[in-house]
Amino acid sequence: MLELSAEERAVSAGEGGNGAAMAMRIVAEAARLMGAPRLIPVASAHIDGALYHGDSGTLFAEKLVEGGARVAVRASLNVGSLAPAGCAAIRLPPHEREMARRMMRAYEAMGCEPSWTCAPYQAGHRPAQGTDVAWGESNAVVFCNSVLGARTNRYGDFLDIACAIAGRAPDYGLHRPENRLATLLIDVSGLSLGLRRSDVFYPVLGTILGRAAGSAVAVIEGLQGCTTEDRLKALGAAAASAGGVGLFHVASVTPEAPDAATALGRLAPRERIELSPADVEAALARLSTAGETSRVDAVAVGSPHLSLAEIDEVERRMAGRRLTIPLYANTGRHVVGPLEAQGRRRALEEAGVVFVVDTCVVVTPILPEVAGAVLMTNSGKFAHYAPGNTGYAVTYGSLGECVESAVAGRLVREARAWR
Amino acid sequence: MALKMGLEFEAEVLLPSGPVEGECLALTAPISFWGGVDPASGLIIDARHPERGRDITGTILALPGTIGSSSASAVLLELVHAGRAPAALLMDAPDAILLLGLVVAREMGWPTPPAYRLPAADQPQLAGRRLTISAEGIVRAE
Repeated sequence: MLELSAEERAVSAGEGGNGAAMAMRIVAEAARLMGAPRLIPVASAHIDGALYHGDSGTLFAEKLVEGGARVAVRASLNVGSLAPAGCAAIRLPPHEREMARRMMRAYEAMGCEPSWTCAPYQAGHRPAQGTDVAWGESNAVVFCNSVLGARTNRYGDFLDIACAIAGRAPDYGLHRPENRLATLLIDVSGLSLGLRRSDVFYPVLGTILGRAAGSAVAVIEGLQGCTTEDRLKALGAAAASAGGVGLFHVASVTPEAPDAATALGRLAPRERIELSPADVEAALARLSTAGETSRVDAVAVGSPHLSLAEIDEVERRMAGRRLTIPLYANTGRHVVGPLEAQGRRRALEEAGVVFVVDTCVVVTPILPEVAGAVLMTNSGKFAHYAPGNTGYAVTYGSLGECVESAVAGRLVREARAWR
Repeated sequence: MALKMGLEFEAEVLLPSGPVEGECLALTAPISFWGGVDPASGLIIDARHPERGRDITGTILALPGTIGSSSASAVLLELVHAGRAPAALLMDAPDAILLLGLVVAREMGWPTPPAYRLPAADQPQLAGRRLTISAEGIVRAE
């Protein structure tokens, strides 16, 4: 049975204005439906709800603004459907464009930060370990829980902004320490060290994790000394698109897993999976849908949004060469700002890189409509969503293969040991 | 809990509203509203779903299961706004994310279908029948 505090009841009844009341009632109703006993304070929010899916979402945000609602905590914004700071052309029809613009404006009017990125954790929004927060966007949720050790459920449309305005979230799920323990162990120590230390492995591992775990919590054993923040970012994003993963642990790497036994709460895992090279091959094959073809029409990197370090790597691999097909570099203002200041954005654009800023190629129509087109990507999340959302078939490869293919205008594979 | 008495069930009220009636569309597989139902038309568009092509508009929609997506609530709110929502939902288990679409619709002051809990095992015998549901959750088949 949900019990609200006197203050929460007063806000619900309208003491802080109509917008605040609406937000508190939505959080309380969600808590009741989830079976949460109470609401808990949250320290910050990341809002995924400002992506246009239809007019009703815009009208909802504008009703909150009319009711005087303001966010009570720091609230960063996930990608939108338009690119106010970007340069790629977006093919949204006029009505949708106007409603998307109104929606983005309404969220900014409530005091949300115009971060417009799916990697807020690399744009200066990093809640401390153990803090309760209310985050949306599946990759941001999994990074926040797993890599930062802050606590959030997967807050979807409407509930994310309602929690930010109320400064409260339902006390259930991953906010509770007992639900953060792993029940599944994935052992990758049988795979070669070379593979475990390559970027291209992590989206593949994420796909395996997502399929094996569903919404359960797993601990991965055997990645000590192999991971970087960007690799964990790629792992989490792929896991959250292939399954309902909200939290994973990596033994001796992530904050709640000094070792596997601690992450498991000193209990035996319900299931133990030892990955073989054949498992990795099978998962790798599933990431591509284009089949045996050397055709590549475009390359997309940056889901989640590229970090500055990842742009450095793209630039280093291009080595001053011009691209023959466009390479869409999806990223945020937090990365494009410094690039511009250093004079690097223009040089990359002149060489054929198309920056997609504040949004990305799978959430809004950017890629040209071409029959039978193939998109190459190094992102597990793009590989998962591009076929349905863009109509492009996908070829998955490493960042090196992506850059070489963009230079050559056809698929270029590196010699590589998947063992 | 539902008590079976002929073709009369007592369903737990998840989100209340007045009495409703309509034909029962009983899905035979779980569905994800995001990517599974077209928010503009109410048609089931998931290529792998057994009821693909059926229209959920105005039906009493029996859901044996839902596949969670954080945008399911947005699709349901859009269906309500477009006048393409079901007349009522009968759910095996409450899916808070999906139901949030109805909570928000109610806050927007839009006519909001009710939701009730009815076990998946009781749903198939209602398929295709005309149902009335009282505000208290008494489900009767004609």
